This record gives sequence, C-alpha cells and structure tokens, in this order.
Amino acid sequence: MTLPIFTGWSDKMKKNRYCIAFLILIVLTGVFLALNVCAGSVSIPFTDVLKILGGQKVDSTSADIVMQIRFPRALAAAILGGGLALSGYLLQTFFHNPIAGPFILGISSGAKLVVALVMVLLLGSAIHISSMVMITAAFVGAMISMGFVLLMSRLMDQMSMLIVSGVMIGYICSAITDFIVTFADDADIVNLHNWSKGSFSGITWENVRVMAVVIFAASFCVFLMSKPISAYQMGESYARNMGLNVQLFRGLLVFFSSVLSACVTAFAGPVSFVGIAVPHLVKNLFQTSKPILMIPASFLGGAVFCLFCDLLARVVFAPTELSISTVTAVFGAPVVIFIMIHRKKEKAE
Amino acid sequence: MKEEFYFYTEGFTVGYHGVPLIKNIEIRLKKGEILTLIGPNGAGKTTILKSIIRQLAPIGGVVYLDGSNMHELSGRELSKKMSVVLTERVRPEMMTCKDVVATGRYPYTGKFGVLSRDDHRIVMESMELVHIAELADRDFSKTSDGQKQRVMLARAICQEPDMIVLDEPTSFLDIKYKLEFLSIIQKMSRSKNLSVIMSLHELELAERIADKIVCVKGDKVDRFGTPEEIFTPGYIPKLYQMTTGSYDELSGNLELEPVKGTPKVFVLAGAGTGTTVYRRLQREGIPFATGILWENDLDYPSAKALASEIISLKPFQPVEDAVLEHAKELIDFCQQVICTVDVGMYKDANQGLRELYDYAMQKHNM
Repeated sequence: MTLPIFTGWSDKMKKNRYCIAFLILIVLTGVFLALNVCAGSVSIPFTDVLKILGGQKVDSTSADIVMQIRFPRALAAAILGGGLALSGYLLQTFFHNPIAGPFILGISSGAKLVVALVMVLLLGSAIHISSMVMITAAFVGAMISMGFVLLMSRLMDQMSMLIVSGVMIGYICSAITDFIVTFADDADIVNLHNWSKGSFSGITWENVRVMAVVIFAASFCVFLMSKPISAYQMGESYARNMGLNVQLFRGLLVFFSSVLSACVTAFAGPVSFVGIAVPHLVKNLFQTSKPILMIPASFLGGAVFCLFCDLLARVVFAPTELSISTVTAVFGAPVVIFIMIHRKKEKAE
Repeated sequence: MKEEFYFYTEGFTVGYHGVPLIKNIEIRLKKGEILTLIGPNGAGKTTILKSIIRQLAPIGGVVYLDGSNMHELSGRELSKKMSVVLTERVRPEMMTCKDVVATGRYPYTGKFGVLSRDDHRIVMESMELVHIAELADRDFSKTSDGQKQRVMLARAICQEPDMIVLDEPTSFLDIKYKLEFLSIIQKMSRSKNLSVIMSLHELELAERIADKIVCVKGDKVDRFGTPEEIFTPGYIPKLYQMTTGSYDELSGNLELEPVKGTPKVFVLAGAGTGTTVYRRLQREGIPFATGILWENDLDYPSAKALASEIISLKPFQPVEDAVLEHAKELIDFCQQVICTVDVGMYKDANQGLRELYDYAMQKHNM
C-alpha cells in the first residue's frame, strides 16, 4: 500500500507548486503596478505615491500625474491584460489549438474596425462617446469576425488554415480601419490613430470603472464555467458523454471570449500576442491545464505581462511612447514560435 | 419479459442528416452481458454506437435503458448510467493519467469539479482494476497506445456506469494488449455486473468474449444472437462478402487464396504438422494435394482451404482400400512428395497410413 501514500505526496507537491505560482503572480502584479505608477518621464518616489494615495498633500503636479494619468493607466493595463489573456485561453480551448487568440484570429481587428467606424461617425457629429457605446461597437465587430472564423472552421478541417484565415480577416479589417483613419482628418483623429495601433494611454477613471465592471463580471462567469471547460478539454464526444450540453457551452465560450476581447479593444485597441503567450507561459509555470487554476492564473499573468510591456512602452524611449503591440510582440511572438516547434516535435515523436 | 433486459431497442433506425443508414435495429442486452458488433468496414457499426451514446440523433425508434426511454434522460442522468471509450484521440495538455481518469468523476462532482476523498479513492480503484496504478503520475501524452487505451477504460469505469460502450477498443493494440484489454473487460462485466457494447474487428476475439453478437450488413442487422448462432459454417465469408481467401468459423482458421491447378506436390501430413508447409507452398505458388486426413485433424481446416486436392475421411473412419488407391494414384501423379509427419509416428499408426508412407518412399526414393 505504498501507492496511495506516494500519490498523496505528489498531490501535496502540486499544491505547493500552485500556491507558490499564485504568490509569484500576485507579487509581480503588485510590483509592476507600483513601478508603472512611479516610473516614467518624471519619476515619482514610491513614498510620494503612497502619500498621494493616502490623501496627503504632495506637490500638485505629481499628484495629478499619479491620480489622473498613471494610476488609471496602470489599472487599465492590469485589467485589460487579464481580460485579454483569458479571452485567448477561451479561444484556445474552443478550437483545441494552442495558438488561437483574439488578435491572431482577427477578432481584435474586427472590433477595432467597428469602433473606428463608430468613432468617426460620432466624432463628426460631436456626440460624446461613452465607454459603453465603445464596448458595444467593439463587441459587434468582434462577433462579426468571430462569425467569419467559425464559418471558416466549418469549411476547413485543418487548424493551421483556420489561423491563416483569421490572420487574413485581421489584415482586411486593419486595412479598412487604416483607410477610415487616414481620410477622417479631424483633430481628434490623432487620438484614434494612436488607439488603432494599440495603446493604454488616455484612460480615464470612468473608463476604468466600466472596464472593471465588464471584465470582472465576464471573468467571474468564465470561472464558474471551469468545470465544463475541463470536460470540453477531453474532446466534444467525451464531453457530451459526461453530460455537457456542448452546443450551449460552445455558444457561451464564443460569447465570453468576444466580450473580453471586445472590451480590451474598445479601450486599448488591438493588443497582439498576449492572448496566446500568457496562457502558455502560465500553463508551464503551473505545470497543469486545469481550468480552475488556469482561469485565475491567466488573468493574473495577463495583468503582469501587460503591466510589464506598458512599462517598457513608456520608459524605454521616453518621452516617445511605443505602441503596446510593439512591445507585446517582441515578448509574445517568440513564445508562439516556441509552441509551434514544440508541437511539431511532439507530433514527430 | 422485456423488463429483464437492461438495454433494448425497438425499431431503432440510425443514419446521418435524416437519411436512414441502418433500419429497424432490435438489440436486447441483459446486465452483465457483453455484446459485440461485427461487420464489414463502413457497414455502420460506428454509426450505431454513436447513436446509442447519443452523439447522433436517431432517425426512428426507441432505445430503452434501465427501463426508461434513453433519449428522455438528461445528460447527467445518462452519464451516470453509461460511459464510453471512443476512437477519437484525446490530446490533453499537461494532464497526468490520473487527471484523465478523474474526468470520469465529472457527473458526481460539485459546481467546480473538485474531487472529494471518495472520488480520489474511486479513481485509484479504477486504475488498479485495469493495472495502471503505477501510471498515475505519468504525463498522459507520454504513454503508449496500449496504456492510453487502458487509461480511457479506467476513466470509463470510474464514471461508475451500468453500461460501457466501446468503439473498436482493440484496433491500435498489439496482440498482448488486445488480450489483456479484453480480459479486463470480461472481468469487469462479471464482477461489476456491467453491460458492455463494443465493436470489434477481430472476429476470433468477438466470438470468444461476446455473449451476444450483432452482425451489421447493408442497411440492416443481418443477424443477432449468441456466438454459436452467428458462427455457423459459411456465414462469415457471406457477411463480409469475402471473394478471396477463406475463413473457418469453427477453428478461426484464416487462409489466403489457394493456388489453383493440378497438384505438383503431395504432402503427407497430419496432426498439425502440415499447415505450415501448406502455407509455404501457397506462398511459392505451387498447387498441392494432401492426405490422408481425417476431418477432425488439426491440419484439416488449412488443407481444405489451400489444397487443390485433399484426401479425407470422416472422423474415426478406417482407411478404406478405395481411398488408399486414390492416394497412391495422386502420389504417382505428383512430381514430389513431402512427408511432414515423424516417421516413428507412422510406424505405429494405422495400417493404411503406413502402407501409403512405404509406397511413397519407394516411389520417390525418399
């Protein structure tokens, strides 16, 4: 009877690993949040930041920078990064494909296109655009792209072709968006131009509130779905035999992954590679693919990854800012290449 | 009468997209029985199984499981009664074999699918039943096909069903694993009073393990019954529409197409010594005659399938002169005689056989 003891021991090892991994992610989130608030073209000492947050009097420029610019921006990077990673995780689950993600499948670009259209139309008539309008527009765009991708997945068995068609849809949407942005020569369009390249700048507290509500609510719902997701990982046939309503479940996966990536796109534009790289890195950190762990871990991982990338985007060539996708691509694309090589190897074995 | 059947169908018709493929399937199965589907490729075995496990909507008829209409059960109710092992390859990432087996507990766990102490115990018990306890912490993707299949069986068992449906579970296994796998299934069905429905390609294994066999052919179930009722002489070649080679229902002997033509070699054989020689002659494309064989001889099935001429006797009959003469004529006619039987054995053997042996010796200076 050494066996149960042995497995008990290894279960304990695993639990320890999970705890440590979560601890690492939480600490990193905290550290990067602090760094993102402190660092920049004007660096503000951490003690001052604490004073400002505590409501003590510090010089007003610093207070404004922290409270009006950096703090909401850092929060947005964390929340949107989490949402994006989670959206990627859901899409990978849905397509049983490790390199599926909202950006690569063209879903972000679809959202971007509709948001750009709505912005140009409404800016022209000088109507204030609320966060909810943006999210709704992005969601419509995301669903349109998603519809195309689903149609493609019906027509093509090969997963690699699905990715290629997603990338093509992305290019088409981006081309149309660029066209719109180029010919809409309003002063406000400068902002639109930045946004369409992907950026966390210009986030207001109102934005943060709305995105927090939407993304936290969606993420919570996704977390509640962790059990059916674990069934779906075994393939549709087995999932069905386990009593899962596959049709409904697939619908929910599409819905939530679209909501999450739409919300991100509405505020930060298309952000590349986070959706693929983060779930993969997190899976390796935890050495498991259990949804109940992967969902919160991907969220935290996405937050850390985006905070880190946004920090670099702001600081490396300060005061010039890089677009966020430039930085995420530098760190995310190698991960994708690694996954593909690794998969090829496994197949060859 | 029908109440004692755990699983039965009435006018069950299956197919794709509303087009019926196999009509009016009537299958009845008791608890603890093993039912096997056989039939040619593409006959629709998988279609029937898929419809039974509700992956495919049936086109007509009713399936009863444990006394109630199966298609009215909720997904969860059904999953507690029936589990499956499918041909679909699962490629879970970073899951240990134990994790894969544990997915079978799905219908019993709570909202978040966290395993209780009891669940863990049942998972380990299931793994021990199929002798894979030592694989518990191994990465599922790094195991062999045989091991994977047993993991999937353990998974199906730990779902604690009354019935397991398996689609060609032995197809990718080598002979050792085939036997091991089916032995486990047999043991399970006896000890847990489990009903089993599975499709098999291996006729000889189907015949041995099944309590009931369903033969699927064309658009219907051609035969349904016990192995004795199914494996009647001449039925299997008909079921599979075999045009080359032969299959002997009783011995399970399978042979390639015989070489036609007048015999060039006479094989003196018997007691199982001739079969390998017959097969070599077949491979070399040499027509041969053989004898004298009683129909209960071990060499008889392959001789009947491969020899262009065979001198045989009904079981336990003495060698009559006419038969002996005929054999001698054939020996005269052939260019060569091969004797596969140990000479010493012939010395004490039946009078007629010894005479034939001596005659052949003389004739061909062996």
